[in-house]
Amino acid sequence: MADLLKNMMNPRSMIFWLAAVALAVVPLIPAVPVYWVTLLDNIGLAALVVIGLVLLTGVGGMTSFGQATFCGFGAYATALLTTQYGVSPWLTLFVALAVTLAVALALGFITVRLSGHYLPLGTIAWGIAIYYLFGKLEILGRNDGITGIPPLSVAGYQLSDSRSVFYVIWAFVLAACVATSNLLDSRMGRAIRALRGGTRAAEAFGVDTARVKLIVFVYAALLASVSGWLYAHVQRAVTPTPFGINASIEYLFMAVAGGTGHVVAAIFGSTLVILLKEALQRILPVLLGHTANWEPVVFGAVLVLILQKWPGGLWMFVERLLPQSLAPKITADAAPLPVRSLPARGSNLLSLERVRKAFQGLVAVNDVDLSVRSGDIVALIGPNGAGKSTTFNLASGLLPLTAGTVSFDGVRIDGEAPRRIAARGMARTFQHVKVLPDMSVLDNVALGAHLRGKAGVLSATFRLDRAEEARIMADAARQIERVGLKDQMLLQAGSLALGQLRILEIARALCLDPQLLLLDEPAAGLRHFEKQQLARLLSQLRDEGMSILLVEHDMGFVMGLTDHIVVLDFGMRIAAGSPEEIRANPAVIEAYLGASA
Amino acid sequence: MDATILLFLIQDGITNGAIYALLGIALVLVFTVTRVIFVPQGEFVAYGALTLAMLDTGKVPGTVGLLLVFGVCAFLSQLWNGWRDIDLARLGRDAAFNLLLPAAIAAMTFWLAPMKLPPWASVALTLVIIAPMGPYLYAIAFRPIAEASVLTLFIVSIGVHLAMTGLGLVFFGAEGFRARPLTDVTVPAGPLVFTGQTLSVYAVTLVSMLALSFFFHKPLFGKALRATAVNRLGARLVGISASLSGSIAFGLAAILGALSGALIAPIATVFYDSGFIIGLKGFIAAIIGSLASYPLTALAAIGVGLVESFASFHASYLKEVIVFTLIIPVLIWLSFAHGHTDEED
Repeated sequence: MADLLKNMMNPRSMIFWLAAVALAVVPLIPAVPVYWVTLLDNIGLAALVVIGLVLLTGVGGMTSFGQATFCGFGAYATALLTTQYGVSPWLTLFVALAVTLAVALALGFITVRLSGHYLPLGTIAWGIAIYYLFGKLEILGRNDGITGIPPLSVAGYQLSDSRSVFYVIWAFVLAACVATSNLLDSRMGRAIRALRGGTRAAEAFGVDTARVKLIVFVYAALLASVSGWLYAHVQRAVTPTPFGINASIEYLFMAVAGGTGHVVAAIFGSTLVILLKEALQRILPVLLGHTANWEPVVFGAVLVLILQKWPGGLWMFVERLLPQSLAPKITADAAPLPVRSLPARGSNLLSLERVRKAFQGLVAVNDVDLSVRSGDIVALIGPNGAGKSTTFNLASGLLPLTAGTVSFDGVRIDGEAPRRIAARGMARTFQHVKVLPDMSVLDNVALGAHLRGKAGVLSATFRLDRAEEARIMADAARQIERVGLKDQMLLQAGSLALGQLRILEIARALCLDPQLLLLDEPAAGLRHFEKQQLARLLSQLRDEGMSILLVEHDMGFVMGLTDHIVVLDFGMRIAAGSPEEIRANPAVIEAYLGASA
Repeated sequence: MDATILLFLIQDGITNGAIYALLGIALVLVFTVTRVIFVPQGEFVAYGALTLAMLDTGKVPGTVGLLLVFGVCAFLSQLWNGWRDIDLARLGRDAAFNLLLPAAIAAMTFWLAPMKLPPWASVALTLVIIAPMGPYLYAIAFRPIAEASVLTLFIVSIGVHLAMTGLGLVFFGAEGFRARPLTDVTVPAGPLVFTGQTLSVYAVTLVSMLALSFFFHKPLFGKALRATAVNRLGARLVGISASLSGSIAFGLAAILGALSGALIAPIATVFYDSGFIIGLKGFIAAIIGSLASYPLTALAAIGVGLVESFASFHASYLKEVIVFTLIIPVLIWLSFAHGHTDEED
């Protein structure tokens, strides 16, 4: 409770709650005409749908042109059950949700594995099919729809006018806002936000991206279904029209106009578009005469203009006026997350035996052997195009092997998905840094601890995950301190220099609590001073018992640091041994400097 | 169902399928070159059909006004987005293409329309009126954000669809129109009768495909287009202008759309908003072709036409439901055939 109060004292939250209270008073003022209250009701109904879309499009990088169809499922489910079978509206809410859940799961399941544009294309076609179906089915009253739907009632009091139903609608909107922002600020929320950075980095830290996409899609569909259920009881009648493709496009317009990434922007966007629509219906006939309907032209043009000029949405203009949100509180004394025991120093941790990778005819990696003993730093070096990164990707599961075996801690892991390999205690960085630029360093690093938490969507929305979340954040903060990025902890990752981003990736990898770190060209693009710092960090990690395999170009960097070096050239292993042996090896000298050297 | 009905349904399906094939191919072309999922393709169909119907009655079609509006907007958009490196030569070129060309086309239409041209000349004039709209649209809506994500471009394309349907209503009104057939010839073949219109559909589709295939492989423009489709950055590095490729792709899409419209206009009554649904059927074909393969898209389009024709015979009231539900098995198949989510690197 004390926590909740403290959170409400946060100046941003305070403005939010004050706005909510102010809004709640509006219908009580007798001078406010019913017209305005009805408008607010409509904004609330739309906002419910748009909150889901913001999560889907703005945060998750997917989109749907079928949200109105999901409203339709909610609306028709309750319309049918209340009018034909006399079921109580509050019970039909659960039926509406169950129907929507089943449909969204099925549709989502077949599209989330495909690349991004198939989901919206699928939802358009499928949305049109369902829209026609609503208009053709006898049981749903064909194009006339269903009338005589009872209003909602609370404790025997019927909510049959705009003023009374206002509170039900906005209670749902408020609940959706709180639940969604709770969700975003959690372990699952980080996984959802990580979707926009592509699937590779997320999968490398154990996020099942297809499942997370499905969750977001279903979440958005359920919110739309609630909106449809409310709509049916507000209008007391349903017809197919409000659930067609144009309504879906309007919802997407609201999400785009408001902006991406903020739950409140969804309400803002809904308000803007609904007010614009009202204004157009009054102004356009005066300006251009009654004969033609210019509304869709203006809507379309404004949508294109916003995406061209302010792709982040118009909410940012309001955002600038609001106080900064408080820095997240890190409970340093939170119980540490459980830590994996490291294998005995010197035991064989990773071994690649005769691994081979052929891209059609080209053999990029040709029967290479490589092993990493626990507590060692092993470097994989070689000229450009030698197959170093390919070998690396074979070890971490990003690429499938053509032949050979990979074992980790005595277990064969070749053929396993990257996220399973990550779960075994292997963490990696990327040659081309993959971080989320608009997330803080802390949040980026905390993504690394994804596999060390369990909290799902439900516990996140109801804030039952706080103890675990505090432990994850404390651990992320610890890893950031460990690598020396403490001063940048709360900055947006996008504001860091390349060298710092590489260090950030190491902290994120450490957050997985790995037994083995795979570093893909960690020193590339670093200045001399930064390389020295990196070398110090890596030998410090080795002293703490970490095993490291790195791919590197820079001989100087590798020679001073590593215990063992493997040299590749044209996909073949040409040498292996201690730095001294490698330095004296004639084959290596030839590969690097040419025969005459 | 006897053999005659079967043959009749197949004939009907192939006729519609041929038109969807033209649209599907335009969609694949636009997507591979510009990464735009071009939802408004269907609007060109409606514009083409309505323009032809208007010309048939000897009236100046509303599309002429639209063309002028599009040209002015494209000119202003280019001025706005490129004012920093403006020079007189470029300004002159832009003015000639965006302002003089539509003015000349408008003047020509005002002169020719009252003469009640023969059908083939009306079709040609229709194509001349609609074709420049493609590049104008590209300049207004897509070129300024050519590097945005596929998703953003998709949403922009939905906005363009909304605006274009609205403009269709403003310039053509809510009434539906039907055009004269190209010829009144009929060719009996066993139990079937091929009308001149049906034969024209087949001929035009075949000729368009052959012409496109020639265009892609021979002239430099076509090769540039293919290069851009394969690798945008690489094409730019060897000096191919991505925005020129985009303009050409959109121009071809407009021509193919208007052509489909001209072919449909004598077969069905077309309204200002009929294009969307017709275009989406082209999309189903393009999706089956993974938005990448021309031959697969064309075959799939014939399939969509056949399914539609049989659906309308067996359950006419569920025709659209059945056609659009086709997308579900297609997505399942795609998902398992190459279910990858990687769009990186």
